[in-house]
Amino acid sequence: MSIFVDENTKVIYQGLTGSQGSYYGRLNAEYGTQVVAGTHPKKAGSDVDGVPIYANVGDAVAATGATASCIFIPAPGVRGAVMEAAEGGVEFIVAITEGVPAHDEAFFYNDLKRSFPKVRLLGPNCPGIISPGKCNIGITAGHIAKEGGPVGIVSRSGTLTYQALYELKQKDIGVTTCVGIGGDPVPGTSFIDCLEAFEADPDTKAVMMIGEIGGSAEEEAADFIKNHMTKPVASYIAGVTAPPGKKMGHAGAIVSGGKGTAAAKMEALEDAGVKVGQNPTEAGELMAEIVANL
Amino acid sequence: MDLFEHQGKEFFAQYGMPVSAGEATFSVDEAVAAAERLGTPVMVKAQVHTGGRGKAGGVKFAADIDAVREHAGNILGLDINGHIVQRLWIEKASDIAEEYYASFTLDRSAKKHLGMLSKEGGVEIETVAEENPDAIAKIWVDPVDGLDEEVTRAWVAAANLPEAAVEGTVDILQKLYTAYTEGDADLVEINPLILTPEGNVHVLDAKVTLDGNSEYRHEDYAQYDETQPRDEREEAAHAKGLQYVGLEGSVGVIANGAGLAMSTVDVVNQVGGSPANFLDIGGGANADVMAGALEVINNDPAVKSIFINIFGGITRGEEVANGIIEAMNRVAIDSPIVIRLDGTNADEGRAILAPNLDDKLMMEETMLDAARKAVELAS
Repeated sequence: MSIFVDENTKVIYQGLTGSQGSYYGRLNAEYGTQVVAGTHPKKAGSDVDGVPIYANVGDAVAATGATASCIFIPAPGVRGAVMEAAEGGVEFIVAITEGVPAHDEAFFYNDLKRSFPKVRLLGPNCPGIISPGKCNIGITAGHIAKEGGPVGIVSRSGTLTYQALYELKQKDIGVTTCVGIGGDPVPGTSFIDCLEAFEADPDTKAVMMIGEIGGSAEEEAADFIKNHMTKPVASYIAGVTAPPGKKMGHAGAIVSGGKGTAAAKMEALEDAGVKVGQNPTEAGELMAEIVANL
Repeated sequence: MDLFEHQGKEFFAQYGMPVSAGEATFSVDEAVAAAERLGTPVMVKAQVHTGGRGKAGGVKFAADIDAVREHAGNILGLDINGHIVQRLWIEKASDIAEEYYASFTLDRSAKKHLGMLSKEGGVEIETVAEENPDAIAKIWVDPVDGLDEEVTRAWVAAANLPEAAVEGTVDILQKLYTAYTEGDADLVEINPLILTPEGNVHVLDAKVTLDGNSEYRHEDYAQYDETQPRDEREEAAHAKGLQYVGLEGSVGVIANGAGLAMSTVDVVNQVGGSPANFLDIGGGANADVMAGALEVINNDPAVKSIFINIFGGITRGEEVANGIIEAMNRVAIDSPIVIRLDGTNADEGRAILAPNLDDKLMMEETMLDAARKAVELAS
């Protein structure tokens, strides 16, 4: 099994007609993802590589029965696109776009919770989600992930997500689902959402969690692991040596006012029984040990 | 983007909040001229992107023009937490009866806006939070609802502000929330918010951080981008659109993706080295981007070796390899380069690099080995 998406997930691409959308839409389709529709308000009736374009998500859902949507449109349009997807009837929205203003994110996060409580948003500013061998939505290179299980991955950082998948593949360890939650201040899906889903998924036997400096999401995840998880977790936190007050690329990745340090996060995780590696390779080795002892 | 105090006050004034008249100046003569126009007494205030100005002697009361001249001369050039004072804000002095604190920021755990109000202003809010947490009245605002007057009034009541300050504070808080949301701020903070002996509530300081992602809908924010504190290296990288943070060490770092770049900085430190920078070249690693990144790092005299750490996801290994070779043909690099190339088509990429390897361009299999090599070459 996998979490959130599988071989039955039908996906609409908002922005399939754009350069990024068409490129990754094609790669996702080649991977085996059911890419069933694209949307564009003025290009309904046309197609991209044979994938039909509809005027909006509602029309695309009505015509295809899609349950998920992937957003590849520029930052100014993301707030509207997220709400259009929810109103259109999909259950799962993946927003890849980076550079979305934090106030927009805070607004649509709360708007979704109230008006569409059953809809799950992943992102924005995330690499997407892959259930290896079944479904790949977003910008992850599918072949760096080994199919099957027993490991689930959740990560706040794009390239470190790939690094984690790759470390496991090198060790011949399969992955049920790998979720990139993104590095922005208000991610639609949190570490805890993913940990909860992995805990409930019978095929996931262990979880790898990649965090980074800034905020308190890792500490909250540690608390959840301590109190609610039976499955073993290995982790790595990026930014151990990041200087305070300097934003390291991601909008969320900053140590400020003595808060959000890697040390505090690692301590919280270790206190929850998580095996914490000093670098991605070490975290991969710790996970290999966990898997060997399952 | 962090604003100087005076930029923050100009920003607040756009939303109708009461701030003192003042002028930004860059020399003693300008400061004196500004004080003459404003009329003494004035405050002479260092404009730097750091706290603790008062303690460092960067904020002074000037009763007359001679005092303005003296203080401006002392404060300009002052080093406050590593920030050299280059601009002063000369502002009409205010009489203070009481000092409060007010702010809005995003609570990332609650995913709501957090408003904080305290009648113990004028000191660091962290200190108040530690010593007397009950003195801070907090509210969480759902962005969909916004902040209405009734809620604001209850919030002010919870903070136990004196009757004389209530109306003025309610008005300012509502405007502050509007400035925070419409202005796409990460943080708006007034410390102190003062009550004057005449009973007016007034903004005496302004700390504003704006969300750089919102620049597309705020044309005037380019002016703030220009005044961000950047060293020479950061300025050069910024001009090339690179995500660069200057550090103090000798190993230049280039990686793709913020997480991997942060991780690379960590690993260099862990094997006993010291990184000269954080540099994220993003998902694509074409020759233009790679050449720009190498140029920025090459111009840093502290750099003794360069560690290029690339994980090809969608970006293919051979593209990365070709980019590096083309970039090296364009830019004469002084320091030896160590490359770690992994992921998609890494073998093809390594094959392209192989014939070009020498004592100026080296390749290692893993991130850790490459870090060790780069650190060894830098020492």
